[in-house]
Amino acid sequence: MLNLLRNLDRRLIFLIMGLAVAIPVLMRFEPPSEVTMMDQNVFDAVQDLPDGSRVLLSFDFDPGSQGELLPMAMSFTRHLAEKKHKIYFMCLWPLGEPFIEDAMKLLQEEYPHLKYGTDYVSFGYKPGGEAVIKNIIVDWKQLFITDSRKQDLKEIPMTMKLKSAKSMDLLISISAGDPGTKQWIQYAATPAKLPMVSGCTGVQAPLFYPYIPDPLSGLLAAIKGAAGYEKIMSEHYPDLKTPAFVKSRFSSTAAQQRMGPQFVAHLLMVALILLGNVIFFIDRSQGNA
Amino acid sequence: MSQHDTTHAPKATGGGLIGWIVGLLVLVVGMVVAGFVLDAGQVWVVPETQSYVALGGTADAPERWVASASEAGQAAAAAGTVVVASSWETVTELPAGAADRPAAAVMSWNRTIGVWLAAILTLCIMSFLIGDNPFYKTAEALVVGASAAYWMVYSFYTGIVDKLLVNLWPGLVRSWTTPGLADDYHWHWIYIIPLILSIMLVCRLLPSGGWIARWPLAFIIGATAGFRLLAHLESDFLLQIKGTITSLWAVNAADTFAFWPSVSAIVILLSVLACLVYFFFSMEHTGLVGKTARGGILVLMVTFGAAFGLTVMGRITLLTERFDFLFKDWLHLL
Repeated sequence: MLNLLRNLDRRLIFLIMGLAVAIPVLMRFEPPSEVTMMDQNVFDAVQDLPDGSRVLLSFDFDPGSQGELLPMAMSFTRHLAEKKHKIYFMCLWPLGEPFIEDAMKLLQEEYPHLKYGTDYVSFGYKPGGEAVIKNIIVDWKQLFITDSRKQDLKEIPMTMKLKSAKSMDLLISISAGDPGTKQWIQYAATPAKLPMVSGCTGVQAPLFYPYIPDPLSGLLAAIKGAAGYEKIMSEHYPDLKTPAFVKSRFSSTAAQQRMGPQFVAHLLMVALILLGNVIFFIDRSQGNA
Repeated sequence: MSQHDTTHAPKATGGGLIGWIVGLLVLVVGMVVAGFVLDAGQVWVVPETQSYVALGGTADAPERWVASASEAGQAAAAAGTVVVASSWETVTELPAGAADRPAAAVMSWNRTIGVWLAAILTLCIMSFLIGDNPFYKTAEALVVGASAAYWMVYSFYTGIVDKLLVNLWPGLVRSWTTPGLADDYHWHWIYIIPLILSIMLVCRLLPSGGWIARWPLAFIIGATAGFRLLAHLESDFLLQIKGTITSLWAVNAADTFAFWPSVSAIVILLSVLACLVYFFFSMEHTGLVGKTARGGILVLMVTFGAAFGLTVMGRITLLTERFDFLFKDWLHLL
């Protein structure tokens, strides 16, 4: 038995891990979860703004990270829409733009009273990373001549009087790497003293904790943070628990649904690590290690 | 690229080849069954025609567009004052596997083929877990090729057209890609400099003019270094020191002492100091210094463990998202 475990085919472990994730997905298993103070801080940063505030929402990720970040991107979009904030979409990653289109489609379907140009606007992608941020902090229209639909900014109500990113009441960066949250902190939130919250991948989260609470008011770390945010959202806006929102293309509980596979897969990981250590110590006691 | 830089799929011989063929056959049969029994991957949409008419102005420069079905549109049509009309089709995608489809719903072949392709490519990539194989290689090559092409086209329009050409030849860009560009938008001479630097950078491709590219490269390196230095100094150095040492005595909203935030602040300060001592190699790590350095290692290990845990969480989420796609959008099991 010990020999079998010692020489376990790694493909068998892949198969077990696959089942540990697939079965909870099929069963729609959702373990109970707690909201953290960090999730609450992010929610409060959006909630405490007066209705109609200006919020810059930057989608700095691509399809490779959509599993972790798209649920929180859609939650932010819904929250901003519920609060009637003015949403300024943009992205520092070229493949972030299709997600902005998805978010605007969500606004059209779920909040049809909100109109493009008066309630939300998209600037799409601009290459340059940190240089883009540095530019829009000084003079927005020096860099963005038109919106992503190629309309003159002077013709759009939301951008007519927009001078720079300093006029934003809140920055939100949803980030999968560089350029992303780090650059928004360095070139916008810190020098311009702008309030900022962020959502990021699990890989990035440890890098951003040192920026809390200044200049980051809060951070949604990976899918767990997104699930917490969704939970707070559904407590404040019970409509989000209705089937229309839950079963929509961008489910209002997408992140919470993904916590079930996390739970089972983590249990499996812990079991495998323990098993590996037990085998190691047995081998060492027998003088094989 | 040398021979050593490439990875090759192991030759499938004997049992391996038979295994792959059997696996492939099972997969194909499974897909055919799934296609017929579960309507796998079928995407249904409701098409809708959008019709607008222009009122006032000329056909080239209409003053106002209104929906044909609106009162103003119908009145203009009856009065024969429509300057120009335009219509196009939009579609609303129905949820995957929706049982009660409206009568106007039609199957979208484009989207259905897209879902099938995405599902097959997902399975091809996952097959790497069994071992390197031609299906994985094909999917990998497709990803690399499609990404490169996407980047190239996107960078051309967002970088060269939207940033450079629009500031040098706004009239050309207005008539080509950006009709909404303001008529009073004029060219900016300063953009001649980036144009020259760009051309110099391309000289790197010349057999004997490579040295010309060093000038713009020097500019890029110098500018970027200066650009980043200040930002790092402020947010990653000064602000971090401030955050570490100024909040040891934490207070809550009522301006009274907050115990746990203060403990947290003290732990952070001690951890930072211990880590700094570990990286201080001018003194031998013995005695108090050695013990503190060991504490620093402990803090680093906890940090790496937390980072690893979060990374695992991220990777599992990626797998969850793919299963979600396969079960919901492709197989309609959810």
